[in-house]
Amino acid sequence: MTTPTEPATAAPGRRPRTVDVLVVGAGPAGLAVAARLAAAGLDRVEVLDRERHAGGIPRHCHHTGFGLRDLRRMMNGPDYARHHIATALRAGARLRTGVTATGWAGPRTLDTTGPGGLERITARAVVLATGARERPRDARLVPGDRPAGVLTTGGLQQAVHVHHQTVGRRAVVVGAEHISYSAVLTLRHAGAEVAAMVTALPHHQTVSAFDIGARLRRPFPLLTDTTVTGLTGRGRLDGVRVRHRDGRTATIACDTVVFTGDWIPDHELARSAGIALDHGTRGPAADTEFRTGEPGVFAVGNLLHPVETADVAALDGRFAAGPVLRHLTDGRWPADPLPVRVRAPLRWIAPNRIDPDGPRPPLDRFTLRTAAFLTRPVLTVRQDGRTLHRRWVPRTVAPARPLHLGADWIASADPRGGPVLIAVD
Amino acid sequence: MTVTTTGDLPDEVYDVAIVGAGVVGSAIARELAGHRLRIALLEASDDVGNGTSKANTAILHTGFDATPDTLEARLVRDGHRRLNAYATEAGIPVERLGALLAAWDTEQLAALPALAEKAVRNGCHETRILGADAVYAREPRLGPGALGALHVPGESVICPWTTTLAYATQAVRAGVHLHLHCAVRAVTTGEPHEVATTRGVLRTRHLVNAAGLYADEIDRLLGHTEFRVTPRRGQLIVFDKFARGLVNHILLPVPTALGKGVLVAPTVYGNVLLGPTAEDLDDKQATGSTAEGLALLREKGARIMPELLDEEVTAVYAGLRAATGHGDYRIRAHPEQRYVTVGGIRSTGLTASLAIAAHVAELLTGCGLDPGPARKLEPVRMPNIGEAFPRPYQRADLIAADPAYGTVVCHCERVTRGEIRDALTSTVPPGSLGGLQRRTRALGGRCQGFSCGAAVRAQFEAHGGPGAPPRTPGTAPKEVRR
Ligand SMILES: Cc1cc2nc3c(=O)[nH]c(=O)nc-3n(C[C@H](O)[C@H](O)[C@H](O)COP(=O)(O)OP(=O)(O)OC[C@H]3O[C@@H](n4cnc5c(N)ncnc54)[C@H](O)[C@@H]3O)c2cc1C
Ligand SMILES: Cc1cc2nc3c(=O)[nH]c(=O)nc-3n(C[C@H](O)[C@H](O)[C@H](O)COP(=O)(O)OP(=O)(O)OC[C@H]3O[C@@H](n4cnc5c(N)ncnc54)[C@H](O)[C@@H]3O)c2cc1C
Repeated sequence: MTTPTEPATAAPGRRPRTVDVLVVGAGPAGLAVAARLAAAGLDRVEVLDRERHAGGIPRHCHHTGFGLRDLRRMMNGPDYARHHIATALRAGARLRTGVTATGWAGPRTLDTTGPGGLERITARAVVLATGARERPRDARLVPGDRPAGVLTTGGLQQAVHVHHQTVGRRAVVVGAEHISYSAVLTLRHAGAEVAAMVTALPHHQTVSAFDIGARLRRPFPLLTDTTVTGLTGRGRLDGVRVRHRDGRTATIACDTVVFTGDWIPDHELARSAGIALDHGTRGPAADTEFRTGEPGVFAVGNLLHPVETADVAALDGRFAAGPVLRHLTDGRWPADPLPVRVRAPLRWIAPNRIDPDGPRPPLDRFTLRTAAFLTRPVLTVRQDGRTLHRRWVPRTVAPARPLHLGADWIASADPRGGPVLIAVD
Repeated sequence: MTVTTTGDLPDEVYDVAIVGAGVVGSAIARELAGHRLRIALLEASDDVGNGTSKANTAILHTGFDATPDTLEARLVRDGHRRLNAYATEAGIPVERLGALLAAWDTEQLAALPALAEKAVRNGCHETRILGADAVYAREPRLGPGALGALHVPGESVICPWTTTLAYATQAVRAGVHLHLHCAVRAVTTGEPHEVATTRGVLRTRHLVNAAGLYADEIDRLLGHTEFRVTPRRGQLIVFDKFARGLVNHILLPVPTALGKGVLVAPTVYGNVLLGPTAEDLDDKQATGSTAEGLALLREKGARIMPELLDEEVTAVYAGLRAATGHGDYRIRAHPEQRYVTVGGIRSTGLTASLAIAAHVAELLTGCGLDPGPARKLEPVRMPNIGEAFPRPYQRADLIAADPAYGTVVCHCERVTRGEIRDALTSTVPPGSLGGLQRRTRALGGRCQGFSCGAAVRAQFEAHGGPGAPPRTPGTAPKEVRR
């Protein structure tokens, strides 16, 4: 690791600094990669987070269920966040909170703003770990009035668990995936009743135990095949209008509505660097080693796959450390990896760039999402009309749940061929 | 400095009371504040600029396409000049992007020369007709099929919120009393007039009606039935800041018999607007959006700029124009009642506001108001919320002096703790989170509060909000309006 870094260019009032690796985002993914890099002996590993506290989303998820895949135990969100912070610090990573990366001044040079002033930080490698968020009401084009009482799960959890604010008394939860049930728990914690959960799909998309658990003691209707057609209320929300698939309409009286799921990566920095995005994930297109299209810039966590659970994001961070270290040593960056695309009803695949001669993805698998329920689907991998792989999935796959595809076929793809296409046959 | 939100109104006789603190009423208050007059500005809601003035397309028009020789044409032209100058002085974000009226068929193309001629009659001499190649050279992302365009270099985008706020701030600093939560219910004309409001009776010698959508109702309280306001709703879609790079001009449609049509225009906040619709309604509160309206906008947008529709949507909103069925503003003095009606300020009131104010001041003189000598108003300098100018989070000098300007609270819009604090302690503080958003942009970005909603609300509530009793720490705050 002797490659000299070019000095950061000066700008009026900006303090230029250099580090080895700059990680943007101190959620599970960013903390995990920083911990590994620092533990491997890198001196100057710096993690930035724009929030006043590190830890990312788990900070405000006050229920249990974190850590199973990466730490092999179960804990609640804040404890899980604390664990990753402590691990990164112990390994020697530098953690700076309240510092926002606001834009780029060069290929691996980021401008930052914090209470201590403006900086321009040049790194030998940058890891983007900026996470994902839920699309809010307006972005979903839900028409109607613009009353107060309209939230996303993220907003709700921060209001209740971080700021101890009140929410309304009676809420509708839009969406029926894992996160939607987290919203139910948070609403109940805040003393609100759940008027209904609404999904346009024919079933909920969580594990049945979650659904039964949430609805057993304090039942609420789960309205499937139902879309939200509008919000009503001047001042405060007073109703959510819905339409069932058969055309029946209704208005559910409530003073709060939580829009859950429908993810979009926080790709602002990636996009403003001109890094190509993947059309499916809307995060940066990235290969099996977390490399984006911009040399020296890696991406990990929910930024790449909106969303997976926190432990999967943390595993990303762990797996990405090796490629980052290798890059710092050999400086290699693949010129033109093959794009991997999906056809509807599949929505995205991650990673979505491959090098047939290069390594397989971590855990030897790709992760996909579907937009519709798929019963015992057959997944086919093709390139230029040639079938590389077929696989039968002996179960029903729900939207918002991961579907995995093994990576054995990678080596059979033609590096000079067209994009690889994954379809459901 | 007087801004009241509760309690009885001062027991004094005002020289002028203005009903409605929209961009028009606030401009009038500011204009009159340039004289030693006792002035009250009465507003029914919790903030200035909370009606139509907060929900428009935010264009500072040249007036090139106005109907020549109308009052509106004159005041828009004059207003454009005045507001341009004022914005520079007060720090109101303005970007002079110029407009292109793209012609999508031969009929529209044939209409361009007449539009150019009309522009000349409206005192706008800089327009030029461009061929298709020149149009695409300027707007490479324009949808296919444009045959040509009229280029109007003077058209600009402006921040409507800062504009209204600048007027009101300057007026209040010059001694105008701003009474919020103060809806006018009845008027007994006399010497002075007695104006019954939700906060008691207010006495005034002169009365100005700048009540926007409700100007006809205030007019009726004084016995006038010359016009009726029928709201014409305009729904708009705000696209993400990443769309800003797609658009270089204000892309106006070629006007047809059906009205002005749907435009694509950048905002000074760095977003892109698509809209508005034009729907005649009865309900003066119908500021909701509809599935049909949004579908129509997307259909039109797909023609104008297909790539725009691939971008994320940040917000959807609707405003109501005060249409009256007349082709002009309904500004009228009633000298016998010492009363001026400023009605029917349809779709150009933001642009014309300063000119309307000057015109109304003259009419008031004609109604017997002796304004006395003019005095110079203390200039205002408003916080910048536009993207074309440095914001506090980018300014090393500000942050060095006060680290609160380096503490970003709203991440999408990069609004700092210092700016929120300044807004909460300003001359005309926000009465709601919506008001805070209009002053700082906090909560107005792509995540719509996913990341910062609770933190912004906490800072707002810790401050108490104007008129609110101080909160004891630890007690649960009341839900506030967004
Ligand atoms: C509302 C919500 C609830 C969830 N609930 C669960 C759950 O119950 N269980 C579970 O296992 N998973 C849950 N998930 C998923 C899990 O939280 C995520 O998978 C995990 O947090 C992703 O980790 P990450 O590091 O990729 O991103 P995040 O945890 O989102 O961290 C990203 C970090 O980047 C920072 N950042 C972003 N941009 C910048 C910038 N420009 N400058 C500086 N810092 C920046 C952010 O402040 C943030 O701290 C939930 C996700 C959400 C959104
Ligand atoms: C979709 C749309 C797009 C537009 N685009 C543009 C544009 O690009 N450029 C431009 O120049 N103009 C535009 N306009 C027009 C412009 O927004 C309006 O002309 C302007 O805002 C009118 O201001 P106002 O002060 O008359 O009305 P308002 O802003 O509605 O103010 C009236 C105020 O009076 C108060 N009020 C009402 N009744 C009472 C009462 N009884 N007692 C006390 N207070 C009362 C209300 O609460 C309100 O605050 C647009 C309008 C719309 C709807």
